[in-house]
Amino acid sequence: MTSTFRTTVRTNLAKPEVRANFYRAMDGLMTRRLDQFPDKAELERLRTQSMAIRANALSKLPELLETLEANLTRNGIQVHWAETTDQANQIVLSILQKHNAKSIIKGKSMVSEEMGLNHFLEALGIEALESDLGEFIIQLDHEAPSHIIMPAIHKNRIQIAKLFHEKFPDIPYTEDVDELTQMARRILRDKFYATTVGLSGVNFMVAETGTLCLVENEGNGRMSTTAPSVHIAVTGIEKVVESLSDVPPLLSILTRSATGQPITTYFNMISGPRKPGEKDGPEEVHLVLLDNGRSNIYSDPELLATLRCIRCGACINHCPVYVRIGGHSYGTVYPGPIGSILEPQKAGLDVHGELAQASTLCGACSEVCPVRIPIPSILNRLRYDGVRRDTANTNTVGSGKRRTLSEAATWKTWAWAATHPTIYHAGSSLATHFKGMLPTNLGAWTTVRSAPKLAESTLHQQVKNLGVDHE
Amino acid sequence: MSNTARANILARLKETPPQPSHTSYSSPDKGRLGGVSYDWDTAERVRRFTERMVAVRAEVHHATAETWLDVVSQVCAAKGLNNLLVSPETVLGKQIHAQADRFPTLKTYDQPIESWKQEMFYGIDAAFTGTYGGIAETGTLIVMPSVDEPRLMSLVPPVHIALLEVNKLYTTFAEAVQAQGWVQMGMPTNALLISGPSKSADIEQTLAYGVHGPKELVVVLV
Repeated sequence: MTSTFRTTVRTNLAKPEVRANFYRAMDGLMTRRLDQFPDKAELERLRTQSMAIRANALSKLPELLETLEANLTRNGIQVHWAETTDQANQIVLSILQKHNAKSIIKGKSMVSEEMGLNHFLEALGIEALESDLGEFIIQLDHEAPSHIIMPAIHKNRIQIAKLFHEKFPDIPYTEDVDELTQMARRILRDKFYATTVGLSGVNFMVAETGTLCLVENEGNGRMSTTAPSVHIAVTGIEKVVESLSDVPPLLSILTRSATGQPITTYFNMISGPRKPGEKDGPEEVHLVLLDNGRSNIYSDPELLATLRCIRCGACINHCPVYVRIGGHSYGTVYPGPIGSILEPQKAGLDVHGELAQASTLCGACSEVCPVRIPIPSILNRLRYDGVRRDTANTNTVGSGKRRTLSEAATWKTWAWAATHPTIYHAGSSLATHFKGMLPTNLGAWTTVRSAPKLAESTLHQQVKNLGVDHE
Repeated sequence: MSNTARANILARLKETPPQPSHTSYSSPDKGRLGGVSYDWDTAERVRRFTERMVAVRAEVHHATAETWLDVVSQVCAAKGLNNLLVSPETVLGKQIHAQADRFPTLKTYDQPIESWKQEMFYGIDAAFTGTYGGIAETGTLIVMPSVDEPRLMSLVPPVHIALLEVNKLYTTFAEAVQAQGWVQMGMPTNALLISGPSKSADIEQTLAYGVHGPKELVVVLV
């Protein structure tokens, strides 16, 4: 049976324009990242330091979350907890209802994508407008992001120009990037002016000071968190760090790994709503802490490393699979290598377990990961969890659900034959003798490759002929 | 809902035995980038800062305590600004207000944003602010908005003119946090690092400036 994932991959591989857009973008991103780390030794030290900062934070996650909550509350930020995306959506809705808000303006937030917040609100007649330029573009086209930091990377300038002209026919057609950007600025500025509730994600939460940090270039994050009278931040529980001094190294490696920038235009540190006497800033700041499977991932020492991720997207930018199939093929919120380990763990191996198979295990992702997440090892672990028979010692959702009788029987037979020399020798000898009768069509493998041919004689025979005494 | 969710999440996390860190987390390394420390003198810091700022299309003007007012005045004239938002309460703002005839119409942020949001969003050409410091390594301004210089001043007007005193120009972000004692002083409601004018590369990886924030950033180094 052909899965949805395989069907989507096939469809997207047949779109040369989209493939070219990805190739061009990823080539540029890889070069720019490399340029930011001229000193290889410094890069490795910074990766080790960043890994340690994240591992340290995770090693005391419950305590840090409690400290964070206490300090945020002391600073006047209201903290909400959600076990599921449904709960998180309801929390956002209740804040909107309290303020009679019929619209919300959003800075870039992958967790809100995870929540399906826009669809949830729109079904209730509440407008959710994306203000990050890339998110704004794909929202116009009713699409999901195809990359976690560059959501519209699958589109080129001409496609975007046509889209703008179709959606805003009163504005003259242009393919000029500056003019397109200024169009979006004018449209969104009116929205920032008029909307009373803004929403953002969070890059780091500092337990020590009760501070929410946001990394961005455009100012959509600053606008969404400053101009409206209410700011709602949504984030996963894993984004906490212990102290403010943990932030500079992480910020440095995040921006350099992601887009090859030494720093982004804005780094926004929010530690409270408007204080008495201050003339602007939101009157209320809310933080929604979302679990959505993260505490389950936390319970496994091997899979825990997944939660170190700082969402830089470097693994995506360097993945030979991602660059060919594109972000939309994954059918998940997070694509690429990080998506291939995170999504199966969140949704279950029965739902997205196939993503863990869509990798050559080339290791490019773990080579560039700024916090040294061993993505190939975790992919292997998830492959094993998917087909294991004994699921007693794993909490991975959907363990054993990808096990098929035929595959299990094949490997069992192989193991039995390989551990019985007489049978093995007889089998390999038979296969060599009748190699002409072996099938040349081996399913998906032979659609793009020739079927492997057996040698004239078995390895054992060749070794024997050479006169090597195996005893 | 929220309280139950909180209890459940924390209970699940606490059920897990403490996870050992993969690498020992040694405090001497905290805040230092990959163990690298720089030894840049003032001239080198100024050079690096200027290089980085100019690379992201910010303007950097070098001035002295005697000439900075002239520089700001010239910048306003060169850009043909109709007005300039300046605090009349800060040390620097007072000096500009004292020589108001050399500048475009001076505007003040003397009421909550709700009272004059329309003018702020559609009628202000530029804002002048001080800074809390700068970072040479990345070409960055440290801005801590205050009662006198609120948050939107450095965000909404199309031009942001900021003055940075060279003696507050630190080498790295980590050094600034430590030297200025951010943790000890307590974080303000909003603190910002600003490294150039607003920009995006979301359309075909092509840089475009002035997306939502200022289209132009002018730094006057004193």
